[in-house]
Amino acid sequence: MAFENLTSRIQTAMKTLSGKGKVSETDLDETLREIRLALLEADVNLKTARNFIKQVRDKALGAKVLEGLNPSEQVVKIVNDQLTAMMGEKAVPLNKSSKIPTVIMMAGLQGAGKTTTVAKLANRLKDENHARPLLIAADVYRPAAIEQLKSLGDQLSIPVFDEGVGENPRKIVEDGLKQARENKNDYVFIDTAGRLQIDQVLMQELKDIEKMAEPDEILLTVDAMTGQNATETARGFNDALGITGVVLTKLDGDTRGGAALSIREVTGKPIKFVGEGEKVTDLDVFYPDRMASRILGMGDVLSLIEKTQKDFDEKQASEQLQKLQENTFDFNDFLEQLKQIQNMGPMEDMLKMIPGMANNPAMAQAQIGPKDFSHMEAIVYSMTPGERVDPELLTPARRRRIAAGSGRPVVDVNRLIKQFKQMRQMMYKFTNGKGGLPAGMEDMLGGMDPSAMGVDPSQLGDLNAGGFPGLGGSGKGGLGGKVADFAMKRAFKKIKKAKKKRNKRHK
Amino acid sequence: MSLFDRLRGRKKDEENEKKSFFNRVKDTFAPLPLDSEEDQPENKLSLEETKKPSANKKKVSESEEQVQYKEDLEANSYEEGLTKTRSSFSEKFKMLMANFRAVDEDFFEELEETLIAADVGFEMALKISNELQDEVRLKNASSKKDVQNTIIEKLVNVYDQAGNGENNEMLFAEAGQPSVFLFVGVNGVGKTTTIGKMASFYKKQGKKVLLAAADTFRAGATEQLVEWAHRDQVDVVTGKEKSDPASVVFDGVKKSIDGHYDILFVDTAGRLQNNDNLMRELEKMKKIITRQLPNAPQEVLLVLDATTGQNALQQARLFKDSTDVTGLVLTKLDGTAKGGIVLAIRQELHLPVKWVGLGEKVDDLEPFNADEFVYGLFKDLI
Repeated sequence: MAFENLTSRIQTAMKTLSGKGKVSETDLDETLREIRLALLEADVNLKTARNFIKQVRDKALGAKVLEGLNPSEQVVKIVNDQLTAMMGEKAVPLNKSSKIPTVIMMAGLQGAGKTTTVAKLANRLKDENHARPLLIAADVYRPAAIEQLKSLGDQLSIPVFDEGVGENPRKIVEDGLKQARENKNDYVFIDTAGRLQIDQVLMQELKDIEKMAEPDEILLTVDAMTGQNATETARGFNDALGITGVVLTKLDGDTRGGAALSIREVTGKPIKFVGEGEKVTDLDVFYPDRMASRILGMGDVLSLIEKTQKDFDEKQASEQLQKLQENTFDFNDFLEQLKQIQNMGPMEDMLKMIPGMANNPAMAQAQIGPKDFSHMEAIVYSMTPGERVDPELLTPARRRRIAAGSGRPVVDVNRLIKQFKQMRQMMYKFTNGKGGLPAGMEDMLGGMDPSAMGVDPSQLGDLNAGGFPGLGGSGKGGLGGKVADFAMKRAFKKIKKAKKKRNKRHK
Repeated sequence: MSLFDRLRGRKKDEENEKKSFFNRVKDTFAPLPLDSEEDQPENKLSLEETKKPSANKKKVSESEEQVQYKEDLEANSYEEGLTKTRSSFSEKFKMLMANFRAVDEDFFEELEETLIAADVGFEMALKISNELQDEVRLKNASSKKDVQNTIIEKLVNVYDQAGNGENNEMLFAEAGQPSVFLFVGVNGVGKTTTIGKMASFYKKQGKKVLLAAADTFRAGATEQLVEWAHRDQVDVVTGKEKSDPASVVFDGVKKSIDGHYDILFVDTAGRLQNNDNLMRELEKMKKIITRQLPNAPQEVLLVLDATTGQNALQQARLFKDSTDVTGLVLTKLDGTAKGGIVLAIRQELHLPVKWVGLGEKVDDLEPFNADEFVYGLFKDLI
């Protein structure tokens, strides 16, 4: 996951402030110096980093937070606000033309991921908006670039327009647009060749295409691993073309992602999407506020909830909730839940969205891989139907049999059963309103009606408390606790707001 | 004699010849549309003149010019290819020195930032700046010139020492056996393009070259390598899309032995260094090569994008862990990338850069020459 190192560095920097009733100006400056170095190390542009620090400092001193209550928490808040502001406050949707087709043109350096992004974005529009996109293959320079786009188009059943490598890209785009108008395609993507922003001949070609196609959206594709050069690239393309948005790719690497922080500041253009993997579905909308919390290690509850909403079977979830309330949750349900959780993607990524989890030392030990899930499944599969329904049947002899059957040590079987029981107990207490969750979590969930949210809280509780060893209790004490508390409060507010909106809509 | 002294000596020699050298450069530069900022007005003119209907045609004539110019300046190709990198590096430095007032805290902070902006890396920048602080005091340098010299000398020495014992020659198998070069790297750094260029380089030396397209994952990757094979007129081994890349590697090695090839290039799919499963796949490929040819692969080349920032170090570290990388190829150095990362990699990982990619054309790949590179970077500053 990107940003991880940045997160840990910034948290270390903030540590000097934590637990201090009073924060002196010297303390603040020391912390800010550390943050500045953390940003620079993450490849954030030099000027951007300098501005950032200056603004945080001015705000912290100007608002006299140092003299107020909880100064360290206030500083965290200011840093968070400033990070969000630097990345552009709100998510910006794709531009749309008033009459079809909406033309989207890609630009960027070689190897930034333009063609892959075209495929991902077209697929997203097709799935979510039932769009009928047309892809124009205008990269005539790189060998097999056209084949790449065509092959992706085949996989996704999206038509691709090409005229081979012998034609001038300007002509290809012109003809492609003509075909799009004839076929009434509502979106047209122009995949262009990678080029350097200082390559005048090729930049002229882009300008010509832009003049002719009048794209509604010019997306600059930038590799998230780019160093200090990112801003120069962005500026070069922006000056020549007037880009309308940025797509940040390869964010699934372990880059510290400084490019994300500086591009917006330098160009003033929003980051619209981020690419986070090699599958065609690995493209997400960029939410600056959520990214800021992730960078500060405050988790991203909203994305987690959205993810669970999208990937969780609502009906099944409510059935399970019912069962939990009646205390009839058994191993069969446990299996179901395991499967659903696995559907949501790598566990580590999910856990990191929970406030206070990103830098929890317990996380480092809790390596939950797909293997662990299959081990748990194997153990349950080795139980008889009777045992699955009634865990009380599981005598030591039966446990030995299950261990042999699943090829796991008896210890594992014992642990699973113990965890299952604990989990059931906790869920029972929780769903019947008797508490038992870690402090912050309770606050957050206390005020919301689970069914109205469409997510049952057991999922969150499950992720946080039950099921998995070493993960109980989000980071408490010290700064971790402060940040987590703050994040909880914020997330709670947001959830409340979302709920209000939802209720309004229902009325 | 230290590297710094050698560079300075060379600079002197060159200055003596400067007149003729300068004129030559100027003559060959004028018609070229792609060049440094000073030439821009001229560029626009030539652009409009050459604005003919076909862009392809323009490309061709351009490459002809390029070839012509390459022949003229064979010895100086490094420097010229790195014009951009060099100028942005030395510009930053000149700016720093222009603001120079006194040797104080502020100055060293600015020096730190200049180094960071050149992608030298945070720790390296801090280290150099700290050491310089002592050195400047020790030498009692106070004039602008003295300070500048001390800094440059320090940078050159750091670069030189870190590179001690590094060998940037390519390694080959003993006669009668194919040499295997395995290419690894993250997505989009230019692995396939580098192979295309390098295959042509060795083909021209009379070697019998075979390519293996073991990137079965990315759409169009195999076609891309096949196209390069076609251009270079060398043979290529391919597999089905989405098939196990290790099987392509196996076929490639087998064919290279049976067909008595001199060099086998293995292209692999781009992978992010933190993806454990894909890194293990790479290990497997390497194992398959070693099983058939115990001394192979002779080279595991990690391809790095020069525009990458500090993540390049992380890439080098993790790829080194899984496949014992033997050398680096630095691509896309023709842009505005700061070469600073070369310093950081040398210092921290002791991996020799063996090749640099300087453009999109087939002969835009050069064996890396460490002295030439550093000379290119600092020439204007010594």
